Amino acid sequence: MRQVYILWLRQLRKYFRSKSRIIGAIGQPLLFLLALGYGIGSVFKQAGQGDYIQFLVPGVIVQTILFASIFWGINVIFDRLWGFLKEMMVAPASRLKIFLGSVLGGATTAVLQGILVLVISFFLGFRPYSIPMLGVALIVICLIAIAVTSLGAGLGSVIDNIPGFQAINQFLIFPLYFLSSALYPLDSAPPVLRFIGNINPISYAVDALRATLINQSHFGLAKDFLVLGVIVVVLVAFGVDRFRRIEV
Amino acid sequence: MADAIRLNNLTKKFGDFKAVNQINLSVKKGEIFAFLGPNGAGKSTTIKMLTTLLHPSEGSLLIDGNDVVKDQDAARKSFGVVFQDPSLDDDLTAYENMELHAILYDVPAKDLKPKVHELLKLVELEERVDAQVKTFSGGMKRRLEIARGLLHKPSVLFLDEPTLGLDTQTRRLLWDYVSRLSKENKMTIFFTTHYIEEAEQVADRIAVIDHGSIVALGTTKELAQKTNTKTLEDAYLALTGESLRDEAVSDKDNRIARMAARRRR
Repeated sequence: MRQVYILWLRQLRKYFRSKSRIIGAIGQPLLFLLALGYGIGSVFKQAGQGDYIQFLVPGVIVQTILFASIFWGINVIFDRLWGFLKEMMVAPASRLKIFLGSVLGGATTAVLQGILVLVISFFLGFRPYSIPMLGVALIVICLIAIAVTSLGAGLGSVIDNIPGFQAINQFLIFPLYFLSSALYPLDSAPPVLRFIGNINPISYAVDALRATLINQSHFGLAKDFLVLGVIVVVLVAFGVDRFRRIEV
Repeated sequence: MADAIRLNNLTKKFGDFKAVNQINLSVKKGEIFAFLGPNGAGKSTTIKMLTTLLHPSEGSLLIDGNDVVKDQDAARKSFGVVFQDPSLDDDLTAYENMELHAILYDVPAKDLKPKVHELLKLVELEERVDAQVKTFSGGMKRRLEIARGLLHKPSVLFLDEPTLGLDTQTRRLLWDYVSRLSKENKMTIFFTTHYIEEAEQVADRIAVIDHGSIVALGTTKELAQKTNTKTLEDAYLALTGESLRDEAVSDKDNRIARMAARRRR
């Protein structure tokens, strides 16, 4: 436990020492909230869909966690380049503990960013429908962060250069995000988009957060949690497997 | 007394290429042992196998009686290592790097703080204990790594090119300190270097490896006698030839070579 804890703490220490990373991570979601929230909000309302800010905030929180988590995986590459990975690899600690401590640390920083965006959105007029349900929303946020951080760590273990890592993420995460239910409701989307949205795991993450924050759900919270659970198991298994095979 | 390090028929193959071929070697407790060889001779591969970073293809390794393959964690606790390239976290402070190491190696919580301060004092970094490592010079980083490698009281210390890129003063300090460790604490030192004169000055015994095999083993005097030369450097050149090697030198090159070998298989 001490070993997992100290590796978790290492990630937090590194995170809080890099102010530019925190600001950069908040900037993008804020831009989405302001530009889309106010820009599209009036059209959204005219179309009879209600308050767009309410609809958008869960999507943007997922976006924040998604990108913070996946890009955290780049730290695995940095650890390899700067040599710290060797220090961990010769240590008498199981690879699983090293992975878990680091991933939980990365996930924690992503969750903190998600919460920060939630707080900011409150000032932009966002109101959650129930305070107790915020606790469930936090669980959803943590699950997304753990799953995607594991994916990032797994990718960081396979890809040993930074441009390659960024390219894969642009190719993988951006399309998945834009083709999910994060920015538009699936009910009124054209059939092709609706189909892709329905099989896109990110839609379920967004839907779970929407259900817990504004009591609006497309799939139903039970189904959302089921899909989220499967994603967590699959991605953590992928991350652990790839991390174990790393050679320095 | 049991040997501090024992290699039995140690072999490492990458595809068809034998990087290390049937090495037998034993290093006594408290001995300062130099491991010399040209680039690509198999030095780094051997050190990686000794430090559990690579699995041997054949043969066995024992460190302080612990089987490096079968009882990995026991072996890991019995050695400390300073790699050729730095392996510190630059964002963390000297103390935090030491703390993390201590916890990974199960150093009891109550010993942690005094032990870290004691070792940092020893390598003269006490005043920089709370400074981030990114503000350190190359020599300071190397000293910190040595202190860190000693934190869990290993019986064997591996030093891979420990003086590369250091100034003369730091090199002198480092070897004085390492000699003291071996004499006073009976610690076994196993090091590689490209500076032959360092091996001549500090090593009790020297092994020369080339093309994956040990080509000579003994004291400076013995190697000179064997090759009919006067200095260790001449003996070394007599043993390994004067042609230049341009095989893999960095970790990255080694990794690329390994991947290429795997693809060929």
